[in-house]
Amino acid sequence: MTEHVVIVGGGTGGTVLANDLADRLKPELDAGDVRVTLINDDPDHVYKPVWLYVPFGQREPADGRRLLDELVDDAVNLRIDRVTKVDTEAKQLQFDDAQSASYDYLVLATGSTLEPDQIPGLTEGGHNYYSESGATELRDELLSFTEGDLVLSVIGTPHMCPAAPLEFVFMADDWFRERGLREDVDITYTYPIQRVHGNPHIAEWARPIMEERDIRVETFFNAESVDPETETITSMEGTELDYDLLVTIPPHGGVDLIEEAGLGDDGWVDVDKHTLEAEAAENVYALGDTADTGVPNAGSVAHYQAGVVGQRLASEIRGRPATATYDGKTLCFIETGMDAASFVEFDYEKPPSPVPPSEKLHWSKLAYNESYWLTARGLI
Amino acid sequence: MTDIDPTATVDARGAACPGPLMDLIGKIRGAESGDVIRLLSDNEQSLTDVPEWAEEAGNELLTVEERDDYNAFYVEKA
Repeated sequence: MTEHVVIVGGGTGGTVLANDLADRLKPELDAGDVRVTLINDDPDHVYKPVWLYVPFGQREPADGRRLLDELVDDAVNLRIDRVTKVDTEAKQLQFDDAQSASYDYLVLATGSTLEPDQIPGLTEGGHNYYSESGATELRDELLSFTEGDLVLSVIGTPHMCPAAPLEFVFMADDWFRERGLREDVDITYTYPIQRVHGNPHIAEWARPIMEERDIRVETFFNAESVDPETETITSMEGTELDYDLLVTIPPHGGVDLIEEAGLGDDGWVDVDKHTLEAEAAENVYALGDTADTGVPNAGSVAHYQAGVVGQRLASEIRGRPATATYDGKTLCFIETGMDAASFVEFDYEKPPSPVPPSEKLHWSKLAYNESYWLTARGLI
Repeated sequence: MTDIDPTATVDARGAACPGPLMDLIGKIRGAESGDVIRLLSDNEQSLTDVPEWAEEAGNELLTVEERDDYNAFYVEKA
């Protein structure tokens, strides 16, 4: 009997896993004992970290797109389609066009979607760099922005790449400074809780840098509404800020089919944070943003988790006990300007300790962004 | 044991900081004035996070029930 592994979602987690399985299960795939199918609703794989650089005119959205077909091993069946329903009892998936498919093992790697409509006025009044269209529209504004109030407001958490809001204000500060415009631009950063980042160690590191760089901070700021007419953003806590250019991290959510399948709330799958197995169904795993583990929604997390799920699936398919576990490993470069960056590495047990920023780390980040395509192909 | 009857409960047990507070804020965001939200959290940090935020936002922390391995926070939306 052929075992069928189905991966839903061709982002970092899904693509790395598909290629990992193609390599790890090569004998079984060659013998026809296993089939691996990767399903994505777009023919392209999208590398989102490129978007941070688009508003500053340094990268193009196209730099973050490649055809999945060129990245995924030929041993993997690639299906460009949209899954609309998961039935974990019958082990079946339903597609947009009413077709269905069955699975023996399912991996959900459906990722995050933006939900700006949760906040009245945000779609009309706010910009973001968390989508291709958002990043290009923000670029059109930012490149000609020479004076006024720039407000960056983190609205949704959890959100993709928790370091990116800090990176944006650090880069903007440096970028305006280099161009002699910093005295004409006020930068304000808002965050929902009482510190500037969810992780207390990163917050403790970032706060003095913000003070030194004259980046104003508003904590306990949970945006309630945006008024594009008066150019103000108001928080649930009653603070109102004027802006000339508003950049936000919009609320995020997962895809509806996860909640509909009873696998978790808001599109995030409840999982064992070490095995990444869904708590509510057998033979179902979740990866990356989709897995509710409490670690950052970051590409490095999806990458490391894909390796764990790959090992566990191979063990299960071979009838051996699955022993591989995810330890919370997360790795992030954090830009602290246009030509300097820091770096953190942490896990469930070890907290992050950002290293002193350097130009070398900035170039390491850019170099990794280029070599990411090797990661997607399962090579590094 | 309190006799407060919450409008809704958010079970954030097992979530790492700042998950429980953000889960509470998310629920309060969609609540009506006068609604009472009960937050269940086993994260120690919630004991300082939740009162600080409730005060800042003008919501009232009615009580905190200490259970064996978690706390239950009752917050009324202003």
